[in-house]
Amino acid sequence: MDFISILSIFVMACFVGYYVVWSVTPALHTPLMAVTNAISSVIIVGALIASAAAGPDLSKYLGLVAVALASVNIFGGFAVTARMLAMYKKKEKKG
Amino acid sequence: MHDAIAETPGWAALAYLIAGVCFILALRGLSSPTSSRRGNRLGMIGMTLAVATTVYLHFNVTIYEILVAIAIGGGIGFVIARRIAMTAMPQLVAAFHSLVGMAAVLVAAAAYLNPVAFGIATPDLLDTLGHPLIHQVSRIEMGLGIAIGAITFSGSVIAFLKLNGNMSGKPIMLPGRHVINLGVLAAILGLVGYFLTDQSPTIFWTITALSFLIGFLLIIPIGGADMPVVVSMLNSYSGWAAAAMGFTLHNSAMIITGALVGSSGAILSYIMCKAMNRSFISVIAGGFGAEASSGGGEAKEQRPWKRGSAEDAAFLMQQAEQVIIVPGYGMAVSQAQHALREMGDVLREQGVKVKYAIHPVAGRMPGHMNVLLAEANVPYDDVFELEDINGEFAQTDVAFVIGANDVTNPAAKTDKTSPIYGMPVLDVEKAKTVLFVKRSMGGVGYAGVDNDVFYMDNTMMLLADAKKMVEDIVKAMNH
Repeated sequence: MDFISILSIFVMACFVGYYVVWSVTPALHTPLMAVTNAISSVIIVGALIASAAAGPDLSKYLGLVAVALASVNIFGGFAVTARMLAMYKKKEKKG
Repeated sequence: MHDAIAETPGWAALAYLIAGVCFILALRGLSSPTSSRRGNRLGMIGMTLAVATTVYLHFNVTIYEILVAIAIGGGIGFVIARRIAMTAMPQLVAAFHSLVGMAAVLVAAAAYLNPVAFGIATPDLLDTLGHPLIHQVSRIEMGLGIAIGAITFSGSVIAFLKLNGNMSGKPIMLPGRHVINLGVLAAILGLVGYFLTDQSPTIFWTITALSFLIGFLLIIPIGGADMPVVVSMLNSYSGWAAAAMGFTLHNSAMIITGALVGSSGAILSYIMCKAMNRSFISVIAGGFGAEASSGGGEAKEQRPWKRGSAEDAAFLMQQAEQVIIVPGYGMAVSQAQHALREMGDVLREQGVKVKYAIHPVAGRMPGHMNVLLAEANVPYDDVFELEDINGEFAQTDVAFVIGANDVTNPAAKTDKTSPIYGMPVLDVEKAKTVLFVKRSMGGVGYAGVDNDVFYMDNTMMLLADAKKMVEDIVKAMNH
């Protein structure tokens, strides 16, 4: 992919993000932060490449540490979001 | 293998794209609580897909080390997520942001040390030190990536320490901080530009060190009341850091996610600023809450106010037709949400209508109060946003304010000299009676402004710990 196609994806995604986030109900803003936090750990892709690549040892170890840090976020972020979302309940209809 | 990234097979590029779409749908699901759980699962699927694709593409002997790293990190994350108290959510989110920032720094550093593996350098073109020459576009992306990552890390660490109470929530003001901050920022941008012509390690690590420093300096002067903006802003930065690394790696999943998270955090910061009627610049400049204590000083005179007991409060609410509960940070601090829901249940059994009114900046992060009420099993259709409920106070018998202050201050509507003038507030003073739960008459909220509601004829101050007061009210109601 050349720079311009990547830039196009980025710009389009910014617009998608803009409209999607405005449609999020304010009651769910805390779960929104938790889940965006989890998905921004997709940076683990870069960490995995660094860990698996042949080359200087330092670069590999930096990658492995990054894999561990991003994993804390991925598992923690999705789990805590799920825990929060499970708490949101509608009123029970009485009689 | 000259350009590893260019060789990303078509199916893998497609998989990353699908992962990106899953992330979009994960956020889209949050438009309502019912679709949100499915959205969260889609997010997990997207992440699994992205990780599995990368591992498969780069499968080799290091897989065991990678699995161990994932298991350690994942285990820690999972345990924290299960154990954390809902009231501690703001500091948890800040802590998680710092990890994303650190991961971005480490990945950028690894890419700098081993550019050929990331496909951003040509192996046979060397610089004067014998390192492969990194493509110029990649240098900018990498420089920005490590700078944003480092700012996210150190900024989030400070935000965490402030939210967690390890550090005073009061703004810490360094002399000449604006000059220092602008100078450091200019230096970082200048060095990223210079990095284009000279890829020497000195430049790269100086950018990193300065970025850690500026993140620290930026958040230090920001006070507790502005934390919702700061947490949202750091959320945004963590996204831009991921996007910058996505540019370096030509990875669509990372770019889409980065853009989503970046805009999400930016929009949340905007909503929070608007809810406080403050400009983003003035929040970043910091110091709110320190200067404010000297402003609005004429309210310092002694004015008469009424003190009520739990029994009085119970009686008033049981006679009411409708009660609106206004929770704030104080409710979170004293963990009063469960007792509060019990009080609401007792009232409802006795035929009183109970609603909850939430100001966008109540608490320490966007949506903080909603999560706490949800935790206490308050149905979300009883919880209303400011615009939806503000008209109802005039027809309400009792407004029950618990641990909120500045968000109910009518001075924001009338007093042009007040530091919070112009901020949208909940019109609690229009209710027939205001019950104001507060620890003591001494403290005056985070903005440091006195609240006229305390001294009104129809206000009764309930001075006690929020949780204890609510429990006493429930006891009195059951008599």
